[in-house]
Amino acid sequence: MTTTSIDAPVGAQTTSRGNGRRPQPGSGHHILAYLFLGVLVVYFFIPIWWLFVASTKDAAGLFNGSSGALWFDETFALLPNLRNLFTYNEGIYLRWVANSLFYAIAGGAGATVLCVLAGYGFAKFRFRGRRVMLAILLGSVMVPLTALVIPTFILFSNLHLTDTVWAVILPSLLNPFGVYLMQVYTAVAVPDELLDAARVDGAGEIKTFFRVALPLLRPAVVTVLLLSIVGVWNNFFLPLAMLANTKLFPITVGLGLWQGQASGNNSGGANLWGIIIIGALVSVIPLIIAFLALQKYWQGGLSLGALK
Amino acid sequence: MSHARAVDTPSPPNQPTALSTGVVVAGVKNYATAFTDPSFLRGVWFVLRFAVVLIPVQMLVSLAVALVLDALTTHLARIARLMIFLPYAIPAVIGALMWGFLYSPTFGPMQQLANIFGANAPFLLGPDLVFFGLMNVVTWQWAGYYMIIIYAALQGIDSSIYEAARMDGANAWQIAFRIKVPMVSSALLLILVFALIGTLQFFSEPQILRPLSNGTITPDFTPNIYAFSQAFSYANFNYASAISFALGIVVFIAVYVFLFFTRKRGSVFT
Repeated sequence: MTTTSIDAPVGAQTTSRGNGRRPQPGSGHHILAYLFLGVLVVYFFIPIWWLFVASTKDAAGLFNGSSGALWFDETFALLPNLRNLFTYNEGIYLRWVANSLFYAIAGGAGATVLCVLAGYGFAKFRFRGRRVMLAILLGSVMVPLTALVIPTFILFSNLHLTDTVWAVILPSLLNPFGVYLMQVYTAVAVPDELLDAARVDGAGEIKTFFRVALPLLRPAVVTVLLLSIVGVWNNFFLPLAMLANTKLFPITVGLGLWQGQASGNNSGGANLWGIIIIGALVSVIPLIIAFLALQKYWQGGLSLGALK
Repeated sequence: MSHARAVDTPSPPNQPTALSTGVVVAGVKNYATAFTDPSFLRGVWFVLRFAVVLIPVQMLVSLAVALVLDALTTHLARIARLMIFLPYAIPAVIGALMWGFLYSPTFGPMQQLANIFGANAPFLLGPDLVFFGLMNVVTWQWAGYYMIIIYAALQGIDSSIYEAARMDGANAWQIAFRIKVPMVSSALLLILVFALIGTLQFFSEPQILRPLSNGTITPDFTPNIYAFSQAFSYANFNYASAISFALGIVVFIAVYVFLFFTRKRGSVFT
C-alpha cells in the first residue's frame, strides 16, 4: 500500500451536474420510492424530534406525561429547563460549551495547518525517506485512534500533562488521514510546472507556497478543517481518559458524567434527567445550524473522501 | 466510574510494575496475557460479530437510499437527503444518550406505545437484544454519512452512459445494478474500510449506555471498554496499553485481510 490512483481532484465533480438528469417516467416506482424515503426520514428524525419535545417538559411531564413521549405536554417548560441547565452546578454547562469550542477550534485549526504542510511536502518534494514515511503514514491511517489513547495517557502522565488542555489538544493535532487527503489532492491540483514557473520568477519556497499553491488547495483545506473540527468536537474517549477536572470537560464528557450520576441515584435523578435532555438539545442546535449552512462544503469534502 | 489518576498505584502481582523504572521485558508478556485473556477475546469476538452483521446492513441501507436519491432529483428528495444526513451532525455520545432515552422503560416512547396494548416493550439493552439495540444506534448515526459519500460518487458518473444504456434497452433496475453500483465500488470499499476500523474500536456508544443497561454492558464488553476499565478502574495502565495495542493489531490484520481479498476489484490504498 504505497501509491494511490485517482483520476482527478474529486472535489470539483460535485456541483457539475444535478439537473442534467431527469428521472425515468413510471410513477408507480416513484410512489414506492417516496414511501421508502418517507419511512427512513421518520426513522432518522424521530430521536431529534423526541429530544426537542422532551426538552419542553418538566420532570413530571417527562415521566408521566399525558400526551406521550412524542408530543408536547400542557406545561411548556422550555424556559425553566433552560434556566435550570445554565444554573445547575454553578453554570458549569456554559463552561463545557466554551471548552468544546476551544478544543475544536484550536485542535482543528492546528491539525489542518499540519496536514496542509505535510501533505504539500509529501506531494511536491523529493527527499530521502519519503517513500518509507508515506508508507508509514498510510499504515497509520489504519491504526485505530483509540489504540493510542491509553499509551498517550501514560506518556503525558510522565510529562505531567494529563488533566490540562494540552492533553486534549496535542493528540488532536495528529490527523494522518488529513495528511493523506492533502497529499493526494496536492499531487493532482497543483501542477509542478506552475511551481517551477514561480520559482523561475524568483519567488522563494515560502512565497510560492502561500501565493501559488495554497489558493489552489482551498477546497481541500476547507474539507480537512471541517473534518478535523468535527472530529475533535465529537471526541469522547480521549478527553474522558485524559481529564479529571470537570472544569476542563468538553460537552460530550460532561453530559456523559451527568448521565452516569442520574442513572446512579434514581431518587435525585429525575431533575437531572431533564437537565441532560435540554443540555443535549442545546449542544446539538449549533451543530445542526452549522451543518445546514456549510452543506456545500460538506458534500464537496465527502466526495473528496470517496477517492477513486 | 472511579477514575484512578495516579499512574504509580500498586498493580496486582501478575502485572509488571512501575512505568518510570523502565520495565522492558514485560512488554511481550503483557501481549501474551492479552491474547489469552478471555475478557479481551470475548470483546474481540463481540466487535467482530458486530462488524459482520452491522456493516452489510448499513451499506445496504445507505446504498439503497443513495440510489433512490440519485434517481429522484426533486425538492422532496433533497429535503429527505438532508434529514437522513442530519444524524451525522450529532456527536456519537449525544446520539447514544438520545437512544438510551428512547429505549428507557420509564419514560421512553417504546414503552408508552406498548402500554397502549397493555404489554411490556422489549428492553433493547437487555442481554438478548443489546446487540440489536446498539446496532440500531450505530446505523442511525452513520448510514446518512455513508449515503452521502455514495451519493456524491453517483453524481460523479457521466450521465451519457445511462443514455447509451437506455438506447440499448436497459431498464432502471438494470442501470442501477449493472452500471451505477459497479461504478461506485471504490466508494463502497472506502466506506467498508472505515466502517470496519470504526466498529472494531467500538467505545462511545456502549460506554454511554452502560449505566442504563442494568449490567448487560460489562466492563469487558468491547476491547476498548476493557482497556479503559483496566486503566481507570484498576489502574493497570501497562496492561491496558497492551490491550489497546493488541486491538490495534487485530484491526490492522482485519483491514489487511479485507483489502487483500478485495484487491482485484479496484482499490483504496493499494
